[in-house]
Amino acid sequence: MASQIFSAIFVIIVGVGGCVAYFWGANKLVDLIFPSRGVAGAAAIDNLRRQGLIRPWLFVGPAMIILTIYLIYPVVETLRLSFLDRGGANFVGLANYEWAFGDREFRNSILNNIIWLAVVPAACTFLGLIIAVLTDKIWWGTIAKSLIFLPLAISFVGASVIWKFIYEYRGEGQTQIGILNAIIQHFGGQPQVWISLPFWNNFFLMIILIWIQTGFAMVILSSALRGIPEETLEAAVIDGANPFQIFWKIMVPQIWGTIAVVWTTITILVLKVFDIVLTMTNGQWNSQVLANLMFDWMFRGGGDFGRGATIAIIIMIAVIPIMVWNIRQANKETGGH
Amino acid sequence: MAVATGNSFASRFGVHIAVLVFVAIWTIPTLGILVSSLRVKDQIIASGWWNSFSSSTQTEAGRLPAASTQVEKDGKFVLQGNIFGDGAARNISAFGVKSAAPTQYPAGSVADLGDGVTLQLNADGSFVMASPKAFEGDRGQRVYYASSAPPKFTTDNYKTVLFSEGIGRSFMNSLTVTIPATVIPILIAAFAAYALAWMRFPGRALLIAVIIGLLVVPLQMSLIPLLKLYNGVGSFFGVPSKTYLGIWLAHTGFGLPFAIYLLRSYIAGLPREIMESARIDGASDFEIFVKIVLPLSFPVLASFAIFQFLWVWNDLLVAMVFLGTEADQIVLTAKLNALLGSRGGDWEILTTSAFVTIIVPLIVFFSLQRYFVRGLLAGSVKGG
Repeated sequence: MASQIFSAIFVIIVGVGGCVAYFWGANKLVDLIFPSRGVAGAAAIDNLRRQGLIRPWLFVGPAMIILTIYLIYPVVETLRLSFLDRGGANFVGLANYEWAFGDREFRNSILNNIIWLAVVPAACTFLGLIIAVLTDKIWWGTIAKSLIFLPLAISFVGASVIWKFIYEYRGEGQTQIGILNAIIQHFGGQPQVWISLPFWNNFFLMIILIWIQTGFAMVILSSALRGIPEETLEAAVIDGANPFQIFWKIMVPQIWGTIAVVWTTITILVLKVFDIVLTMTNGQWNSQVLANLMFDWMFRGGGDFGRGATIAIIIMIAVIPIMVWNIRQANKETGGH
Repeated sequence: MAVATGNSFASRFGVHIAVLVFVAIWTIPTLGILVSSLRVKDQIIASGWWNSFSSSTQTEAGRLPAASTQVEKDGKFVLQGNIFGDGAARNISAFGVKSAAPTQYPAGSVADLGDGVTLQLNADGSFVMASPKAFEGDRGQRVYYASSAPPKFTTDNYKTVLFSEGIGRSFMNSLTVTIPATVIPILIAAFAAYALAWMRFPGRALLIAVIIGLLVVPLQMSLIPLLKLYNGVGSFFGVPSKTYLGIWLAHTGFGLPFAIYLLRSYIAGLPREIMESARIDGASDFEIFVKIVLPLSFPVLASFAIFQFLWVWNDLLVAMVFLGTEADQIVLTAKLNALLGSRGGDWEILTTSAFVTIIVPLIVFFSLQRYFVRGLLAGSVKGG
């Protein structure tokens, strides 16, 4: 263990030192090869121009190499693998895709993912907005926001344990140690095994993600609400608008762009949701989702890379519209700069 | 915002109540595992954690000693002792001898069991059983009693999970993964961000578009090709394919798009005059970056560092693919996941382990919340 700590420290020193040495050294090298000081006018200008051509690539070079290896190459390779068999040796055409849409578990995952996509972003945005509006009006709002924001720092696995404890089930009549069943039993209801209830168990898993992500929506929407000019609200009050009209007709339209950002960010997160399903049910009782199914096929029976890659591509296809929208948005905003 | 809604007392009161309800729902789950992790195992099972500050009541069965321990006193045969033996003392409220009526007699009273046999069980567990005839047999009388124990808190659970369940070791593994994976991307991203913000070169706009595109590429797309690549590299050089170096680089790669994006939008917003006056004074891009841009970018570097730290610390997927499951490599999240399988119902182990895994993020979060929120806002609002 000591050697492990030592090697971690060693890596930090070597990693950071290596980066510094690379950037400093490469920069020095350009200065040496194309000197701009101490040479005659025309040559100096020529060399300065050459430096200007090379230097940006030295700066972005390491990042580009890492991005290529870890993200760009894998995207192409995953696409290729989705047309190959389990070992990646033989071309099988669209067989993996045909398998997927005929597979009961896959179709169940797609259905569940659609439910997740319909419920979680909407719930987080809606709750986040409500809490942002409410906490803005009270003196202890900052403390309240801080506490609601807190689950964002908790890992999905940690959150799963926390909620599994809430959903804990004991037979009827016994002392319930899970708070949900305790409340239900207290009011005379029947305790349930929440995470294996067909269909509804999906919602009990979704609650975990909503619990985590509402704080995110709240913080961003709260800052957008602060940006609404006071005058528009004052004008609405003078015109006799009631609180609900002010909320829906004045506030919401003005932060529409931010709502869209929050919504899409959570949508992407939902498409990738994996940890919660793995730790709570591992896809049993019809609660499977695409990301967990993909992980499953990566290792199931020694691993089927063709099917795993196919599922990854399906997730990717769902992300592409958001990706295009993001790039367009960014181009519009940055313009030339 | 202050103007907003009606100002009647009732509606203001309603807002306080509503926020209070939200705060309760959002904090009670975490409070539940914190409280449970400090309780003793028997009490976790016996009562809900929300009752942990009141005495826990349970009905139990015990057996009095066998006939061989009887003594003869005043013409009667007597069995005496304490039903709890040397164990933890509990407080008995009632007792009985039939399973159908386990709390028939209040503690301290003398129960008539027929044939002149009497049993007295006191609140502290001491009992006296007397009979005119000698007791026989080597199985003692069965006794039922309702008892309550005072709330009891302990830190033993933490000792157990840290030192014998392997959580302590996993904690070190998580630190080993997280710190380099947080530090390495910062410099690489900062240089790239500066070039993308302030240097002119062909293809810059395209590069920015690619990075924004990569921001949303699901991790799942990378897993299989990288797993194959790592296995290939591993067998080619005859080294293990699951190494810390591998996961440091993987987290660096996955964190870079966001790092470059976040840093670029901040660095692009620095005042142009500072850069230009430095350039006129003869400073090169390298000098401008090191002496001006880096120090001015401290807040955004801190924001990114916190993000990446939390992301890597809380990650399960990357760790499960690129690290082994042996004690020397398993990180906290993977260990907790494994415990959920192997120690399913042992809530004293699970709640304590869960709390150990979330304590570091919570500390980071509370002490550096300002930077965290700033990064969150810059990362999502500006670029869309």
